[in-house]
Amino acid sequence: MKEYLLGNAAIARGIIEAGAGLAAGYPGTPSSEIIESLVDLKGDDPMHIEWSVNEKVALEVAAGACWAGTRSVATMKHVGLNVAADPFMTLAYLGVGAGLLIISADDPFCHSSQNEQDSRRYAQFAGIPCLDPRDSQQAKDMAAFAFDLSERFDIPVMLRPTTRVSHSRSDVDIRPQAGAGQGRQRQKSVQAPRFCKDPARRVALPVHARPLHTKLLAKQQRIEEALQDTPWNRMHLSEKGGVGVIASGLASLYAEEAIEELGADISLLAVGCYPLPTNMIEAMLRHVSAVMVIEELEPVVEEQVERIAAKVNPSVKILGKGGFIPREGELDGLLVRNAIARMISREELPAATCMPPGVLPPRPPALCPGCSHRATYYAMRRAFGKNAVFPSDIGCYTMAVNMGTVDTCLCMGASITLASGIRFGGEEEPICCSLGDSTFLHGGMTGLLNAAYNKARITVTILDNSTTAMTGHQPHPGTGFTATGEPTVRVSLEELARALGAGLVETVDPYDMQATLESFNRAKEFSGLSVVIARQPCVIKSRKSGKPRRAFRVSAECKGCGMCVEFGCPAIEFKEEKAAINSLCTGCGVCAQICPASAIEEVAK
Amino acid sequence: MRTSECDLVIAGVGGQGVILISDVIGRAAVLAGKPVCGAETHGMAQRGGSVINHTRIGCRYSPLVAARSADLLVALEPAEALRFSHYLSPQGVALVNTRPVLPVTVTTGQAAYPPLEELIERLGQRCGKVIAMDATGLAERAGTAQAMNVVMLGALSRYIPLSEELIIEALSRVVPERFLEANKKAFALGKAEVE
Repeated sequence: MKEYLLGNAAIARGIIEAGAGLAAGYPGTPSSEIIESLVDLKGDDPMHIEWSVNEKVALEVAAGACWAGTRSVATMKHVGLNVAADPFMTLAYLGVGAGLLIISADDPFCHSSQNEQDSRRYAQFAGIPCLDPRDSQQAKDMAAFAFDLSERFDIPVMLRPTTRVSHSRSDVDIRPQAGAGQGRQRQKSVQAPRFCKDPARRVALPVHARPLHTKLLAKQQRIEEALQDTPWNRMHLSEKGGVGVIASGLASLYAEEAIEELGADISLLAVGCYPLPTNMIEAMLRHVSAVMVIEELEPVVEEQVERIAAKVNPSVKILGKGGFIPREGELDGLLVRNAIARMISREELPAATCMPPGVLPPRPPALCPGCSHRATYYAMRRAFGKNAVFPSDIGCYTMAVNMGTVDTCLCMGASITLASGIRFGGEEEPICCSLGDSTFLHGGMTGLLNAAYNKARITVTILDNSTTAMTGHQPHPGTGFTATGEPTVRVSLEELARALGAGLVETVDPYDMQATLESFNRAKEFSGLSVVIARQPCVIKSRKSGKPRRAFRVSAECKGCGMCVEFGCPAIEFKEEKAAINSLCTGCGVCAQICPASAIEEVAK
Repeated sequence: MRTSECDLVIAGVGGQGVILISDVIGRAAVLAGKPVCGAETHGMAQRGGSVINHTRIGCRYSPLVAARSADLLVALEPAEALRFSHYLSPQGVALVNTRPVLPVTVTTGQAAYPPLEELIERLGQRCGKVIAMDATGLAERAGTAQAMNVVMLGALSRYIPLSEELIIEALSRVVPERFLEANKKAFALGKAEVE
């Protein structure tokens, strides 16, 4: 049976078909739909699925579960692997119990990310195998295969989809009968899950780590040999030698299409697994006089091809990064086609010509109409003034960069620690940093504790919309619900902030402009560490909940001063020197409080 | 040599229902036994930004349609039609909803929204044919403005190598039961625009 499946949904299918019993992750584009699809697929199966507090936690939970004998998976986006890097590196030494799959979804071109790091480097760094799918079918098959590979070699396995795999769809062969239960039953019959004490493999003391490192290195050759024959490394050698292409993951799909379209007789090696198939690369390099290496981001394949060529055919010409294939951004079919066309002296197709600037109004992503972050930032800027420093963080609110209250964005939770450092570094102006509720729970708590302990005189604003909004409204410990929708403990941000050492903790409703301003003023004057929690549910969620909206209009009193327009809400327009409220209005009423002429009034129903 | 039977791009503004169109087409292609692939916009760009989906019917390769090679451009918003017009092949057909959605850069006075005639004219210079319709108005006639995307799907159905029967079947698997009748009406109204 075939289904038109999103890459992430296909990965979830593969995980279910392999009988995994635990999945843990932290939301992050483009990885988030994996956990969500698992929740949809699991049905009545007791599979444990959780949104963890962060990626390090997710990986450790998954590691513990695999050590207890349950096939487990940890999901995250590429930068999440930085957070999980500590357990990640040492797990490669300690190994697994049942299979352990680590999914790190890369985002070439930074569609929704702060950098475009290449997770294949991480896999190489740790010495673990990496599977690099090129479409939904491979993503599903590789996810299922990863558990067998992991168990066979006692090592975690990485699956590394990119945005164009995670968020692409294609027709996928699925096994409709493979529900969550059946796969697991198959696993359970092998061995009942329990933790087996084995200090030499579970306790990373130096005395254990040294031989484990030797063992890890010794496995590499055998893993490479096992991966060589998978269907994801495929080679076609042309009859007469000439030129060849070695392409990895999604780039191999672009290359295959380009070669088909050009109708050219070119050898092609498509690779999908790391460690790379040395024997296939050797065969290719012996067969051709020139080879183009096509891969997104880092020259991981190219570097190895160069090393192998030095041994087997030093005269072969290697083309790739530096001239033909960019090392940054994402590839596409046209770029790859033209690179191959250039290599074989065929005509290149013209690149896209977008509209010249000025023809079309830009449409950047923006805070929603009625978003409470806009109101909070408006009050923050008024209370602290333009000379204050405003470190910010990662979430929807980063899009408010034009409001003057987003001076930094580095990584999850760094707003508080950067603010502390900016203070200790000598800055004397007021400092007010901000981060979302989910970001605070992910990576902000330790920073707040550090700020309190080391006496940072800063204000921390928690923009609490009671969800993980940017990635699609996942729950977190402050929401009172788990990933599967079960009620659970609801952690109080106020109590947390006090326990972590904040001297002043206040909670405000950002839709109440006056109260928010007053709270920020008290926080600014406070001599120690202050925390303002600006709480208002995400407007997308409250709109969907069907809560009745208030309606507003602009009266004849409007002087056309433009203060409401400057506020930047998409529901406010400026027409013929007057403000007007359009149909996007959610009825938050903040603009009515900003208007100096009191010209925005609620419409009685 | 062509590597795809039919390439289309679907453009609009986050929240307009671009994904529904590509999802229905993809499912219908699977029902027809054709290979199909495509790419979607998720994440940050969805927050009121421009979104584009690629769908390739009868294709086993790249999920992305290459520049200048789309047989069809479906735009749920007129400025977005022009923004993504570089995907259209010179012979391609553009199906455009004429109802603008003003971006925040326009509402705040930082940029101007071009007149509709200018948008359509520029679009016409880049492809073989432009079919413009007030899909939002037609959807309102069908009973719900939300079905604007299905009006466009109906118009699109004239040009894609999939039977109407399969498209409607796929649609009924995606749309909630209680909205199905209004959506079928919207589909028919969109289809009639291309007759």
